[in-house]
Amino acid sequence: MEPNAVQLSGAEILVQALIDEGVQYVFGYPGGSVLHIYDALFKQDQVKHILVRHEQGATHAADGYARATGKCGVCLVTSGPGATNAVTGIATAYMDSIPLVCITGQVPTPVIGSDAFQEVDTVGITRPCVKHNFLVKDVRHLATTLRKAFYIATTGRPGPVVVDIPKDVTDPNIKIPYAYPRDLRMRSYHPTEKGHLGQIKKALELMLQAKRPILYTGGGVVMGEGSAQLTELVRLSGFPITSTLMGLGAYPMTDPQFLGMLGMHGTYEANMAMHETDVLIAIGARFDDRVTGKIEQFCPHAKVVHIDVDPSSISKNVRVDVPVVGQVASVLTELLRLWKEQAPAPTGTTRPLADWWEKIDAWRRVDCLSYDRTSAKIKPQFAVETLYQVTGGDLYLTSDVGQHQMFAAQFYPFDKPRRWINSGGLGTMGFGLPAAMGVQIAFPEAAVACISGDASILMCIQEMATCKQYNLPIKVILLNNGYMGMVRQWQEFFYGSRYSHSYVDALPDFVKLAESFGHVGMRVERPGDLAAAMQEAFAMKDRFVFLDVVVDPTENVYPMIAAGKGHHEMHLAPSLSERELA
Amino acid sequence: MRHIIAVLLENEAGALSRVAGLFSARGYNIESLTVAPTDDPTLSRMTLVTTGNEEIVEQIKKQLNKLIDTVKLLDLTEGPHIEREMMMIKVRAEGENREELKRLTEIFRAKIIDVTDVSYVVELTGASKKLDAFIDAVPQGLIVEVVRSGPTGIARGEKGLTL
Repeated sequence: MEPNAVQLSGAEILVQALIDEGVQYVFGYPGGSVLHIYDALFKQDQVKHILVRHEQGATHAADGYARATGKCGVCLVTSGPGATNAVTGIATAYMDSIPLVCITGQVPTPVIGSDAFQEVDTVGITRPCVKHNFLVKDVRHLATTLRKAFYIATTGRPGPVVVDIPKDVTDPNIKIPYAYPRDLRMRSYHPTEKGHLGQIKKALELMLQAKRPILYTGGGVVMGEGSAQLTELVRLSGFPITSTLMGLGAYPMTDPQFLGMLGMHGTYEANMAMHETDVLIAIGARFDDRVTGKIEQFCPHAKVVHIDVDPSSISKNVRVDVPVVGQVASVLTELLRLWKEQAPAPTGTTRPLADWWEKIDAWRRVDCLSYDRTSAKIKPQFAVETLYQVTGGDLYLTSDVGQHQMFAAQFYPFDKPRRWINSGGLGTMGFGLPAAMGVQIAFPEAAVACISGDASILMCIQEMATCKQYNLPIKVILLNNGYMGMVRQWQEFFYGSRYSHSYVDALPDFVKLAESFGHVGMRVERPGDLAAAMQEAFAMKDRFVFLDVVVDPTENVYPMIAAGKGHHEMHLAPSLSERELA
Repeated sequence: MRHIIAVLLENEAGALSRVAGLFSARGYNIESLTVAPTDDPTLSRMTLVTTGNEEIVEQIKKQLNKLIDTVKLLDLTEGPHIEREMMMIKVRAEGENREELKRLTEIFRAKIIDVTDVSYVVELTGASKKLDAFIDAVPQGLIVEVVRSGPTGIARGEKGLTL
């Protein structure tokens, strides 16, 4: 420590550490245990604090910020209910591997364990849904702990880290010398970076021999900044590619080599190609049950290559033949280099894998995403397509959870990573609006929309007040069907159409609701009015617009693989399933 | 199959609960778990015994390695190793049973470490199976209390599980 180091209190150390980490925004909500910290925040202007209206909103906003920028999201909440309200957002970030540092206040160290006012065991409660967590009992450990928190959250497979700070640790009267430990080494944490060269060579060998290969890519390509390398690999190899919900946009979805999303609501061509492939190359994906369907029937003919930064993801659900542990970007760079050395250059006359593509094209002709375009009601698919046309594909789109999320994933082709922001792993309703706030704060000039449903949107509706306070011109596209659409769909398919508590019988007037928060509300009921309404909404560049789109309440998401079925056992839309399919 | 896994952990508050939580959250079997600081007071050594097929044990090891507090991990069952467990067993020792229990103690190279008119406490160290065998050998109805430490272990040979 420098002898003439600056003397800071715990609260000041926290704020200074955030500055030293390059943090620009903290999403938070004050309370008793964090008042010293809020006082230190008040006295500076380098770190901007965004006041949310519920701690869940703080975590989702920080999460949305992280997903859109690739930087670490930061939130700050008080002890007790502040921390428990944050848990849903922390778990959401954990399931999708999002770098987040969540600072929670705690009761003073002398009363920890005494059931003090607003005391909960935050470290205990959050332990199963964080990458790591800390309780800082001594102000002298605060700076190092914060450095560790950011380091752990952002490296390897990213994830949320909770730092629980008792109130006495931030006491403004106790000052200690401050120096931020930039060169941190942890003997117990060494995230893998480069992949093993021998394994990459084995992967290449399999890929070069493949007759029916497919790339299956996930959120790891987005988080690991591997988009450019992936795109080059797909172009170079001529392989078809499919993506998980989390990976959409890592490879341009408008490109003909992209087969659409796979899994439960994936396209016919993507799922059939998975079923028939002989070499599956999984990149930054984790073989989630929504992707694999019935494990015993998953890719029955395939040798599996799996590139992932997290060794524990390998052979967790599906046995892998060639594992490559490493950062997606660095492994793909190496793979590309070897490919260029070894693979024959494309001749230009013969299409690589012509037989395989012929099969795929036949599956494509099924046109599994077709829907009734003549309907007098607004079909949710049509609403998403219109959103795409109106925004020209240049949009950050956050989503809540349910049918609207699946329709958006199927019908809004993202050509860039970090544009599609949704809760994939945990499936958190209420994520979309606060996540959109984080995105809009990161990119004030960008078009940001939140697609939602009438059930999801009400779970964090209070954040409209935050949007007013910070003038966030988000566009909410509400696909209003009066139901919890996905619950209704399952009840229709699997519970004899007994719509148990999935009908929302007392919806608010969303137009007036938006207006009461100081925003613009609009409602559209006819397909012919939709494009104009969306254009009008997006033309209001400085206003938050809530667009209540009344959609067909009975529309279902197709194709669908029922839980416990294989990729080749898809339900297609009723109009299609009459046809004989291979 | 039964595996004995030795883990060097940062000697931090909560490290033990992270391991215990991992096993309960992921539904892994855990037969026993012992933990104590090492010669380096910043490190704890944990020995845990688990059962499962090859895939599950592989996942258990990966998940343990993934814990931020885990410094090093070794599956002792993968190589030659020594396993020891300590047991204290309180037995009713009256009449002719006193002699019988003394003989049993000698055969197992155990020690009687507490004596009253009607009872012994016997201390026995060895592989878990040896402890099981002793319990089986005690005549029926004489066991008052059994305390076992859970196994600990160390690899044979010159290499150590150290930093």
